[in-house]
Amino acid sequence: MYPPSFEYYAPTTVEEAIGLLQQHEGEAKILAGGQSLVAMMKLRLVQPAALIDINRIPNLSYIREDDKFLHIGATTRTNDMAESATVRTRYPMLTDAGAEIADPIVRNRGTVGGNVSHGDPGNDLPACMMALGAEYEVRGPKGVRTVAARQFYQDTFVTALGPTEMLTEVRIPKPGPGTGNAYSKMERKVGDFATAAVAAQLVVNPAGAIQLAGIGLTNVGATAIYAAAASEFLKGKSGTDADLAKAAELARDASQPIADNRGPVDFKKEMVRVWTRRTLRRALDRAKGGA
Amino acid sequence: MATPELGGIGKSVQRKEDARFIRGKGNYVDDVQLPGMLFLDLARSPYAHAKILAIRKEKALATPGVLAVITGKDLEAAKLAWMPTLMSDTQMVLPVDTVMFHGQEVAGVVATDRYAAADGVAALEVDYDPLPAVIDPFKALEPGAPVLRTDKKDKKDNHIWHWEVGDKGATDAALKASDVTAREKLYIPRIHVSSIETCGCVAQVDVMGKLTVWMTTQAPHAIRTVFALVSGLPEQKIRIISPDIGGGFGGKVPVYPGYVIAVVAALTTGHPVKWVEDRTGNLISDSFARDYQIEAEIGATKDGHVTALRVKTLADHGYTDAAANPSKFPAGLFHIITGSYPFKAAFVEVDAAYTNKPPGGIAYRCSFRVTEAAFAIERLMDTLARQLHMDPAEFRLKNFIPPEAFPFPSVLGWTYDSGNYAGALRKAMEIIHYSDLRKEQAEKRKRGELMGIGISSFTEIVGAGPSKTFDILGIKMFDSAEIRIHPTGKVLARFGTKSQGQAHETTYAQILAEELGIPVDYISVEEGDTDTAPYGLGTYASRSTPTAGAAAAIACRKIREKAAKIAAHLLEVSPEDIEWKDYKFQVKGVPGKSKTMADVAFAAYTNHPQGMEAGLEAVDYYDPPNMTFPFGSYIAVVDVDKETGQVKTRRFVAVDDCGTIINPMIVDGQIHGGLTMGFAPAMLEEIPYDADGNNRASSFLEYLLPTAVETPKWETAKTTTPSPHHPLGAKGVGESATVGAPAALVNAVLDALEPYGVSNIDIPLTPYKVWQAIHAKDPK
Amino acid sequence: MAIDAVVAKSTMPEHSSRTIHVTVNGVARASTVDARTLLVSYLREHLALTGTHIGCDTGHCGACTVLVDGKAVKSCMMLAVQTDGCEVRTVEGLEMAGKLHPVQEGFTKEHGLQCGYCTPGMMMTTVALLAKNPNPTEEEIRRGISGNLCRCTGYVNIVKAVQYAAQQMAAAPKGGA
Repeated sequence: MYPPSFEYYAPTTVEEAIGLLQQHEGEAKILAGGQSLVAMMKLRLVQPAALIDINRIPNLSYIREDDKFLHIGATTRTNDMAESATVRTRYPMLTDAGAEIADPIVRNRGTVGGNVSHGDPGNDLPACMMALGAEYEVRGPKGVRTVAARQFYQDTFVTALGPTEMLTEVRIPKPGPGTGNAYSKMERKVGDFATAAVAAQLVVNPAGAIQLAGIGLTNVGATAIYAAAASEFLKGKSGTDADLAKAAELARDASQPIADNRGPVDFKKEMVRVWTRRTLRRALDRAKGGA
Repeated sequence: MATPELGGIGKSVQRKEDARFIRGKGNYVDDVQLPGMLFLDLARSPYAHAKILAIRKEKALATPGVLAVITGKDLEAAKLAWMPTLMSDTQMVLPVDTVMFHGQEVAGVVATDRYAAADGVAALEVDYDPLPAVIDPFKALEPGAPVLRTDKKDKKDNHIWHWEVGDKGATDAALKASDVTAREKLYIPRIHVSSIETCGCVAQVDVMGKLTVWMTTQAPHAIRTVFALVSGLPEQKIRIISPDIGGGFGGKVPVYPGYVIAVVAALTTGHPVKWVEDRTGNLISDSFARDYQIEAEIGATKDGHVTALRVKTLADHGYTDAAANPSKFPAGLFHIITGSYPFKAAFVEVDAAYTNKPPGGIAYRCSFRVTEAAFAIERLMDTLARQLHMDPAEFRLKNFIPPEAFPFPSVLGWTYDSGNYAGALRKAMEIIHYSDLRKEQAEKRKRGELMGIGISSFTEIVGAGPSKTFDILGIKMFDSAEIRIHPTGKVLARFGTKSQGQAHETTYAQILAEELGIPVDYISVEEGDTDTAPYGLGTYASRSTPTAGAAAAIACRKIREKAAKIAAHLLEVSPEDIEWKDYKFQVKGVPGKSKTMADVAFAAYTNHPQGMEAGLEAVDYYDPPNMTFPFGSYIAVVDVDKETGQVKTRRFVAVDDCGTIINPMIVDGQIHGGLTMGFAPAMLEEIPYDADGNNRASSFLEYLLPTAVETPKWETAKTTTPSPHHPLGAKGVGESATVGAPAALVNAVLDALEPYGVSNIDIPLTPYKVWQAIHAKDPK
Repeated sequence: MAIDAVVAKSTMPEHSSRTIHVTVNGVARASTVDARTLLVSYLREHLALTGTHIGCDTGHCGACTVLVDGKAVKSCMMLAVQTDGCEVRTVEGLEMAGKLHPVQEGFTKEHGLQCGYCTPGMMMTTVALLAKNPNPTEEEIRRGISGNLCRCTGYVNIVKAVQYAAQQMAAAPKGGA
C-alpha cells in the first residue's frame, strides 16, 4: 500500500501548471487535497507518471461574494467552505454538505475544486452545484472557459475537463430573496459515501409559490444527477405535501443507482424518493424564512 | 517522603502503561528498527480458488531494492509449505499449486525498504487458472460438491467434523411434550477483528543461531513451542517477544503465514526481516470470526417455564480448520447456549464445513463461541416470550436460575460457579425506567411510531481452563505468576499472559499490592518476553484474571507464608503468634508490635533465620478448578425510521457482574469497548463474499467500524457476585459486553417492528434489511 | 533456497525526489526525500518519530493524524514533499519541558486509552479541535473525533478526556499548549 514512483512538481502559477499538464501529455494528475488521489495511488488503482501539486499557487483559495456570484477558488479547503459565515448566509446547502463530506480531518486537506472535478459519483459537491446552477471556470492552453455544473459530468471519473485543463473557480449564482437550499446525506457511517444524498434549492415568490427549483442527486448513478424533470415539475407549484411528494417520485425515476453493500437498486431508488421529499421540505422552510 | 497509596483491589488506580502511550513512546512491532533490517511484503491471490500455473520472479527481482522472492515451491523444498493449525488441521504457509481463498498469500517479496517491497509485489507475475469456488457452506456439504482439500489423500467431502453434546432422545421428547415451541434460523456472518494495529513481526537470527521474533501475539510461549516443534530449532534458542500490542481481541492468537515467511527470510538472508501487514491483507486473509448458521428450537410450558432446547449449527471454517479453540472443543464452549436458564433437556450439534474462504475462525472477544451461543439463546427467549404473549423481562425473571441453585450443573456439562441473574436484570430495569418505557412505547405505537426495547441477559463461560478438560495442541491451559521482592521492598513480577490494552501492568500490580501490602507504585509487572516470563498460555477468552490473576494471589500467599516466619524471627515470637492484618505482620493480641513486608524483604537478604533460604519470591502455575461465569443484563432502547430503516440507539444500559472488581475504571473501559464491539456487528460490520468468493469489504470504506458519532452513549452499572472458587472472587470481564450486546440490540429492533410481525432479521441490521422487513409486510 | 542477491540500482528521474525544509516539533529539518514518501513514513522512518501510527490503507482510521500548520492532517494521505516550509507537530511534541499537555493529562486521567495505538492520532485531533472550539458540546466532540477510529474504548472516556482537557485549558493562564 505504497504508491509507485512519480515525478513531482509544485508550480506557483496556473500557467505553469497547465504547461506541465501539456508537457506530460495526459500522464500527469493534478494534486490538490490528495485525499482521494493519494489513496488511489497507494492502492495502485491509478499510477500517474507525474503529480502537479497546485497547493503552492497563490490566490486559488478564496470565498468571496459579489453582486452576482459566490466565487470559491479551486484550492479552498472543504472545511473552510463548511465553516464560512458567508457561505452559511445564503448557501446553507453547502454548509450542510460540508459537514457530511468524508470526515473532519479529511476536510482539512480536501478541496472544493477537487470534490467537484474528481468525477467520483460519491463526491457530495457536484449534486449541490447542479442544484445551485453553478458554473466552473476552467483554464487550459487555449485560455479560459466556463462550463455549467449540469453539463460537466460525463461518466464515472470522466468530466468535461480536458487532459491539459484545470478547474480554477466555482461560481454560484447569488440567490435572490425567497431562496432556500439544503443537502441531506443518508450514509451508513461518518466517512462513507452516500447511500443516497439529495441537494435541493427552491426559490419562492412572496406568495410562497415555487418559482424555480434545482435538485441534484449524489451516488445514485454513474455521475451526480441533475433531476431535471423533478426540478421542472415544481415550477409554479405552491409547494404542498403532494407537490413535494410528486417531485420526489420524479427524482426517484431519474436515479440510476447500482446495487452494492449499501443495498439493492429498488431500495436506493426509494431512498432517493424519501430524501428528496425531506430535503425539499427543508429547503422550502428555509426559503420561507425558517432555519 | 510520604509512602504512596497502596492502590489495592477495588481502587481506580491510574494506569502505569499510559506514561509511554500518551508520549508516543509505545514499542509496537512496527517501531522495532534493527540495523540491516529488510522488509517483507506479500503478493496475494485475486481468485478464491485457482491453480497456480506459473510464478515468474524476474521482473520482481529486477525491481530496485528487491533481494528475494519466496514461493510455495521454495518452501516445499524445506518442508515448510504447510504448517499445523491449532485444531490439528493443516494450513498452507504458501501454496505450491492451488490457492484456496481470495487474498491468499501467494509469494513473499523481500526488499531493502517497504516501498521497494511493494514495487516488487506489483512486478511479480503469476498465472492462474481459476476454478469454481465453493462459497456456501450448505452447498459445500451437498453430495457431489467439489472436494476442496485434495491435499488430504482420503478426503471425499468438505465435512470437517461433527460435534454434539446433550441428550437427543430426552430433548426430542421434551420438545414434543412442550405446550409451546418456537424456532429460529439465525445466521451470524463473518466479521473481522480489525484492531487498529495489524499483524506483524520482526524476525532476527543472531550469530549464535538464536532466533528472536518480535511479534504481535497474544500467546508468546505457545508460539515459541509451536515454532520449535515445526522448525526443529531447539526451544531455548527461540525467543518470542510480544511488545506493546495495538489491540488483540483474539485476532493475534493464530500463527499466520506472514510470520513464518518472515522467519524463513531472516534465516535465509541472514538479515532481520520485518513484516507488517497492510490493512487490505489483514481484512481479506486473517482474523475472521463467527460464520455460524444456527437452527434452534426452544420449548416452554403454557405458563411460561422453559423446557428444552435443540440446536443444529453449520460452521464455515474456510479452507482449513484454523480455529483458535481448546483442542477438545472444536465448537468452543458453545454448550453455554442453555444460557441463564435451567433447561431440563438440551441437545446441541455442530458440523463444520470447508469453503473457499480464509481459514479460522479466531475466538473474537467471545471466550470460545460464547457470543454465538449467547446471541442464539437470548434471541430465542424473545421469540418465545412473544409467542407466549409475555413481557420479555417478566419471561426471563420467571425462568432465571435462582441464586440459591449455584454451583449450578447445566444439562450440557458445565457447573456454573455463581450468579444472580434476576438481580442484574432488575437493576437494569430500574436504571432505564423499564415500565415507563413500555408506556411510552404503547403511546408511540398508537401513532405508528416505531420504538423498541430489547433485553439480553447473558451468561458467559471464561477462564480457560482446568487441565482435565482444556489444552491447546496438548499444552494445558494453566497460567503463571513469578514474583520477586527486592531487599528495598520493591517488587518485580512476571506473568505468562500478555496484555493488549487490558492494563495488566496496573491490575496485576493491584492484586500484588493487596496481597503483599506494598504500594502499586513499587511494583513492576512484565509480560511477553519468553526468555524471562514464566510459561503461560497468553491472554484471550477473558482468561487472564481467572488464571494468572489467581496465580498472582497464590504466589503472594506463598510469599506471605515465608515472610511470616521472617517476621516472627524479627519480632522474636513464634510463627504461630503472627497474623496478617491491615497489610502487616502483627503479633496476635499485641497491637503496635508488627513488621511490614518491606521490613521482611530487607531481612530476607540481611537477617533471615538460620537454616532458611535467603530471598523472598515465589512462582505459581495455577490450574483453575473450574471456569468462571460472568453475567449481566443489558437493555437497549431504539427508535426506527419507518421510511429509511435507519435505527437510532437512544439508550443502552449495561449491568455487568464480573465478581470481584480489581479496578473499576478499567472494568468500565472494557465494558465500553466490548459494547461497541457488540454494537458494530449488530448494526454495521460484515465480511460479504460475492458468488465468485471475492471479499467485498477489503478496506475501511466497506468494512464499517463505528466512529464516535454512530456509537451510542453507553451507561454502565454493576452487581457483584464473587466466584466461590477463585482466590480473589474475580471472574474476568474483557468480553462480556461483546457477548451480551448484540442480542439486546436485535431484540430491540424486532420489538420496534412488532406491529409488522417480524420474527427475525439477520445481523447486521442495515437500513436496507430493516426497511425490507417493514415494507415486506406493509407495502405502503 | 537461493537468494537472488544483486539488488538493482535505483535510477530515479530527476524530479522524483526533493529536498524539503520542515520544522518538526519545533526543530528545523532539512531532508531529501522521494516524492512518493508519505509524510507518515518520513516521520516514522526518516526522523524515527514512531509515535505516529499506521492503521489502514485508505485514510479512514486516523491513527496517523498529525498537525500541519496547526491543522489536523492524516499523514498517510499526504506526501512529505508537500510539507516543505511547514510546521509539523506530532505526539512527541505535546509534552513541553517535562510538562504534559492538558490533552495528554486528560487522556490518562479519564482512561481514554487502552492499547494506545489510536491515541497519538486521537490526541492530535483533540488539540486541533480545542484550538478551534475551546468549549465543545459532547455532540461537537463526537463529530470532531469522527475521523479517528478506536477499537478499544468505545469512545465514552475519550469524550471525557477531551472535556477534561477543555476545562484545564480554559482555566489555565494564556500562553500554554
